[in-house]
Amino acid sequence: MSLASLSDDQRFGLSRRVTLPGPLRLDGGASLSPVEVAYETYGTLDGQAVNAILVCHALTGDHHLASPHPRTGKLGWWQRMVGPGKPIDTDRFFVVCANVLGSCMGSSGPASINPATGRAWGMAFPVITIRDMVRAQALLLDHLGIARLAAVVGGSMGGMQALSWAATYPTRVAAAVVIASTARHTAQNIAFHEVGRQAVMADPNWREGDYYDGDAPTRGLAVARMAAHITYLSEAGLTEKFGRRLQARESKSFGFDADFQVESYLRHQGLTFTDRFDANSYLYITRAMDYYDLAEEHGGRLANAFAPATRFCLVSFDTDWLYPTAESRAIVQALNAAGAPASFVELSSPYGHDAFLLDSPELDRIVSGFLRA
Amino acid sequence: MSLRPDLQIIAAHVTRGSRVLDVGCGTGDLMAALRDDAGADARGLEIDRTNVADAVARGLSVIQGDADVDLAGYPDASFDYAILSQTLQTARAPHLVLDELLRIGRRAFVSFPNFAHWRVRLSLLWGGRMPVTRLLPEQWYDTPNIHHVTIDDFRAHLRARAITVEQAWFLSGDKATGSAAANFMAEHAVFLLTRNQDG
Repeated sequence: MSLASLSDDQRFGLSRRVTLPGPLRLDGGASLSPVEVAYETYGTLDGQAVNAILVCHALTGDHHLASPHPRTGKLGWWQRMVGPGKPIDTDRFFVVCANVLGSCMGSSGPASINPATGRAWGMAFPVITIRDMVRAQALLLDHLGIARLAAVVGGSMGGMQALSWAATYPTRVAAAVVIASTARHTAQNIAFHEVGRQAVMADPNWREGDYYDGDAPTRGLAVARMAAHITYLSEAGLTEKFGRRLQARESKSFGFDADFQVESYLRHQGLTFTDRFDANSYLYITRAMDYYDLAEEHGGRLANAFAPATRFCLVSFDTDWLYPTAESRAIVQALNAAGAPASFVELSSPYGHDAFLLDSPELDRIVSGFLRA
Repeated sequence: MSLRPDLQIIAAHVTRGSRVLDVGCGTGDLMAALRDDAGADARGLEIDRTNVADAVARGLSVIQGDADVDLAGYPDASFDYAILSQTLQTARAPHLVLDELLRIGRRAFVSFPNFAHWRVRLSLLWGGRMPVTRLLPEQWYDTPNIHHVTIDDFRAHLRARAITVEQAWFLSGDKATGSAAANFMAEHAVFLLTRNQDG
């Protein structure tokens, strides 16, 4: 049993899972009932429940934010940002991270059991949106007794959720930190996701999503991950890491082995991904991201999405071509028009979109200072 | 922390509880003073990423951006004061930045180093070299000050644009000098401006 669960309230601690009755009404018109949410909490909720921070994870992330994964033993995905004395300081804040709706890490998703049939949902699971993920998180916060967040924090798809939180529940969010993110998916973003989805669906094992009794479409999912992984890196980063170097050989093979290190690296990334992620979840979550357009939800004008009650901090990275600085700038312009207090910095990093997860003393300083203000 | 003399003047004349936009706010010294001492709701715009990071790390709302392009998104009259301290002469189009200040703020504070100060004149007259002074410390090739301006230039510009001077301060070091000989005697100037109602 982990230390955190020594606390007498079973709602708080590591590797929690709750079944909420719902119903959760979804943007697509369906509703979900019950709703399962896997989550972790860190630190202590103060008496007035005003020190809570919700951290939202990215596409393939999970709720093991700052604790080792119970199965793999890998460190939490943002351990360098969250913990005692860290920028998101668990000595000061009560931090919650929940697995998103549609995922396969413990929250309701296509791999969960459909109560109506007793079998995995598969493609019968309703299509969800970023806002639906946020609504599920709001149900969790109700369950935890948190009326208002001191902050919601996220990078990439986590940043989309943070923005959607501020837009959907302005009175429940005092501050939002949005890192390497965007207010909408562009045609290029959708295009890359569609390549990934088609790779999954082209795998004969996919079988219209009904593969849970047999072999999973791992080849298709691996290709999807390979394509997506390229978008998380920068050309300079790839060149620095691999260049045109060959993989464990002296010369080109004049065949189709992974001659180049970059090929070998991508194949490895693709394969290891299939060990931890469900192909249908990948379809559902990428769909949610593609449907995401905050302005569209607010009459086409992004400024209308925001209330001046929430403070915002946006950070972009100069080599991120997935969600480039221009996307953050558009959000900042809208926040200025809405009169919301906003901070924005473009940080320099050679690592592209992934920079938000890597060591960045400047990012730490900004997040820490913003949260303390 | 002691503020630069021009910032002290601005800080002393901002009405309590105002909404303030500091354009070219640096690391946010003036913003912090306005927030802490005048209860102002202060926002900032700053071009240098390290300065922005410093300002945000001290809890200020500062956006990394360029006064020449990034003021357009702010609504009309959304601030009580728009402040441009020692930044006018670095703008690509200072006259347009000034227009934006007076659109966004009901009033604008503008401070700048006076290129007609006697020390600058002497330096050019006797040395024949571009002046390098305390307020203009860079060499000609690396100075960010690409639009040098004198107090009389600025006054003429305000007249031509029908911009009203509510108040003006002229400084030599941290001492006030008179208005009449300011173009010769003042190292730098602070103007409090408003746009005429019919302007």
